[in-house]
Amino acid sequence: MKLRILAATAAALAVTAVAGAEAGTLDTVKQRGFVQCGVNVGLPGFGSPDSAGNWRGLDVDYCRAVAVAIFNDPNKVKFTPLSAQQRFPALQSGEVDLLSRNTTVTLTRDSSVGLNFASPTYYDGQGFMVNKKLGVKSAKELNGATVCVQSGTTTELNLADYFRTNGMSYTPVVIENNDEVNAAYFAGRCDVLTTDVSGLAGTRAAVAPVPDDHVILPEVISKEPLAPAVRHGDDQWFDIVKWVVYATIQAEESGITSKNVDEQAKSTNPEIQRLLGTSAGMGKALGLDDKWAYNVVKTIGNYGEIFDRNVGPGTPLKLERGLNALWTKGGLQYAMPIR
Amino acid sequence: MATETRNARGAAAPRGASFSLSDPMFRAAFYQIVVVGAVVLVGWFLISNTLDNLERRSIATGFGFLEREASFGIGESLIDYSPRDTYGRAFLVGVLNTLKVSVIGIVLATLLGTLIGVARLSSNWLVAKLASAYVEIVRNVPPLLQLFFWYALASDGLPAVRQALNPLPGVYLSQRGLWFPVPSHDPIWQAMGIAFAVAVIAVIFLRRWAAARQARTGQPFPTGRIAFLLLLGLPLATWIAGGAPTALDMPVLAGFNFRGGLVISPEFFAILIGLTVYTAAFIAEVVRSGILAVNWGQTEAARALGLTGGQTLRLVVLPQALRVIVPPLTSQYLNLTKNSSLALAIGYPDVVSILNTTLNQTGQAIEGVTMIMGTYLTISLSISLFMNWYNKRIALVER
Repeated sequence: MKLRILAATAAALAVTAVAGAEAGTLDTVKQRGFVQCGVNVGLPGFGSPDSAGNWRGLDVDYCRAVAVAIFNDPNKVKFTPLSAQQRFPALQSGEVDLLSRNTTVTLTRDSSVGLNFASPTYYDGQGFMVNKKLGVKSAKELNGATVCVQSGTTTELNLADYFRTNGMSYTPVVIENNDEVNAAYFAGRCDVLTTDVSGLAGTRAAVAPVPDDHVILPEVISKEPLAPAVRHGDDQWFDIVKWVVYATIQAEESGITSKNVDEQAKSTNPEIQRLLGTSAGMGKALGLDDKWAYNVVKTIGNYGEIFDRNVGPGTPLKLERGLNALWTKGGLQYAMPIR
Repeated sequence: MATETRNARGAAAPRGASFSLSDPMFRAAFYQIVVVGAVVLVGWFLISNTLDNLERRSIATGFGFLEREASFGIGESLIDYSPRDTYGRAFLVGVLNTLKVSVIGIVLATLLGTLIGVARLSSNWLVAKLASAYVEIVRNVPPLLQLFFWYALASDGLPAVRQALNPLPGVYLSQRGLWFPVPSHDPIWQAMGIAFAVAVIAVIFLRRWAAARQARTGQPFPTGRIAFLLLLGLPLATWIAGGAPTALDMPVLAGFNFRGGLVISPEFFAILIGLTVYTAAFIAEVVRSGILAVNWGQTEAARALGLTGGQTLRLVVLPQALRVIVPPLTSQYLNLTKNSSLALAIGYPDVVSILNTTLNQTGQAIEGVTMIMGTYLTISLSISLFMNWYNKRIALVER
C-alpha cells in the first residue's frame, strides 16, 4: 500500500514539474510581479551598478523598458549579474527571462545554444587597446604580442582568427573575470587588451589609471551586433522583447522623445497613433496594454536618448553614434514597421 | 542487528512463507527495493526531463562537437596546439596542464609539508614557533585569495619585459615569466632517457640482490650510494659517449617578448606556488600527528639496540608513522588536485578553464560539466587507488 502512495506521489510530482515548465513567460512574469533580467557584472555604460547600487547602462535600460511595457514601472526588474560563462545556462535554465548583456548574435547561439535574439541594440566590433609607450600604430604590428582576453566570448575566437589570417602569432592570457583581465593588462602582463571597442572605451574611461596612456587601434576585426536574447520556445515573449527594441528606434525616427511624448500622442499621424496606442490594436497583439510603447518612451526614452545617456559623447565613454545612427542618417538602426 | 535477524529468521520460519511487513527479513528487502526504486525513478525523471527540455529549446546534445575545430588560442601546452586543432585536442591540453600542476604540486607540497611538520616538533623554540605560525596562517586564509596574492606578486612585483632582470646569462625574469635556456634538440636526449630507464631497472635488481645477501650473510650492502651512482652515471656516460653536445637554445628578446628557451609563466608559477604553500600546511599537520603517534619508547628501544639516529628514523619511526600519515595524506593529494581548478581565476589554462571556454562556444554545458566531472573523478580515483595500494603495502602485518 505504501508503495502505491509513493508511486502516485512520484507520478504527481513528475506531472506538475513538467506542466510548470509549460506556462508562458509573460504569464509567469506577470504572476511573479517583475522581470528577471541577466546583465553584465560590471561594464560601464552597458550594465554596471552606480555608487548608490542602482543598475545603469544601455543594456540595463532595455531590461527596464521591457518591465515598463508590461507593468508600466521601470523598477519591476530583478537584475542578475552574469559572467560570460554563466549567461547562457542562466537563460536556458529559466533563471532569467531575458538576457540583456552585450551578447553578440551568432549562428551557433541562435541555433544550438537555443536562443532567440531581438534586434541589435548596439552594433559593435572587436578592437585592440595598447599602451602608447609601445609605439604600435596598427594591429598588423602585433606579431608575437601577449594578449589579455576574457574567457567564454566570441572575442577569443575572433582573436585567433585575426592572427591566423594575418600569419601572426600571439600568446593569449585568458581570465574569466573581466576585472582581473583589465588588472592584468594594466599591470603590464599583456601588451594588448582585446574586446569590443565599446568595452575598450568603457575600460579606458573607468578603469585606466591614466586614460590617455592607452590607445585603441584603428582596426575593427569583427562584427559584434549586441542584442537582447530570450529562450527558444516562447514566441509571445520573444515578440515583446523584439518590439520593445523596435519601438524605441521607431520613436527616435518619428521624433518622439520622453519630453514631447504627450504632445505627440495628440498627433494625427497614423504611424505615431499606432505606436503610442492612440489608435487601438498594437498592444493586444502582443498581450500588452495599448499604451505599452507610450509608457516605454515616456519612462525610458527613445533609442537616441538611451544611447546618449549611457554611452554617447557626453558620457565618459565618449562613443559616437557611428553604425548606431538611424538608417535615415546613414547608420544601421532600423525599426520594422509597427502596424 | 545481526542477532535480531537471526532471531527473526527462527521465529518467522514456523509461520510459513507468507509475505508480511511484520516479517523483518521481508521488511528489510522490501525497503531496500523501495529505496533503489526511488533512486532509479528520480534519476530517470531528471535525465528524461533534461533531455526533453534540451530538445524543446533545440539545444544541441552529444559529444560530436569534440571533433570540430576549436578556433581559440591556449597560452601554454605540453603538446603542440593551435587554434586549428579540435575541441578534443584542446581538452587534452587542459587535462595535461592540470596533471602537470598537480603532479609537481604534490611532490613540492610533500617535501615542504614534511619539512614544516618536522620543524614544528623541533626542540629549537624559534623554528617550532615559525612552523606553527606558517601552518596557522596559511591554513586559515582561503586558497583563492592566496592565488591572487601570488599572481599579483608575479605580475605586479616584477619588472616589465624590456627591463627584465638578468641574474645569469640567458636567464630572464620579468612579469611575463621566468625564461631560461634549454639544451637544443638532439637525438642524444632520447638515448639518455633509455639509459636512465636501464639504470632504474638495474637498481631494482640490485636492491633485491642486496636484501637477499643480507638475509643470507648478515652483511649490509651500500645500496643507496651505488643506486645514486648508477642513476646519475649511466645517462652521463651516454651523454659523453654521444659527443657531449652543449648547444643551448637561448631566450632572446625579439619584438614584444622573449623567443626560444623555456618559460615558466606567471600563471603557472602562481597556481603551483599557491597550491604548494596551501596544501603543505595541511600535510605538515598530517606529518606531525603521524610522528607524534609513534610512541617515544620505540625510539628509545631502537637506540638501545644500537641503531643510529638515521636508522631509527628510517627503520623504526617512519614505517610506523607512515601508517598514520598515508590515509590523510591521500586526502590532501586529492584536495590539491581539485583545488587546481581555481586556476580559472588567474588565467592558467587548466582543464576547467578550457572546458568552460568550450562549453561557452558550443553551448553544450551538460557535456562540458560531465567531462570536467569525469576528469576529476578519474584523477582522484587513480590517486586513491595508488595510495591505497601503497597503504596496504606498508600496513602492519599482524599475525
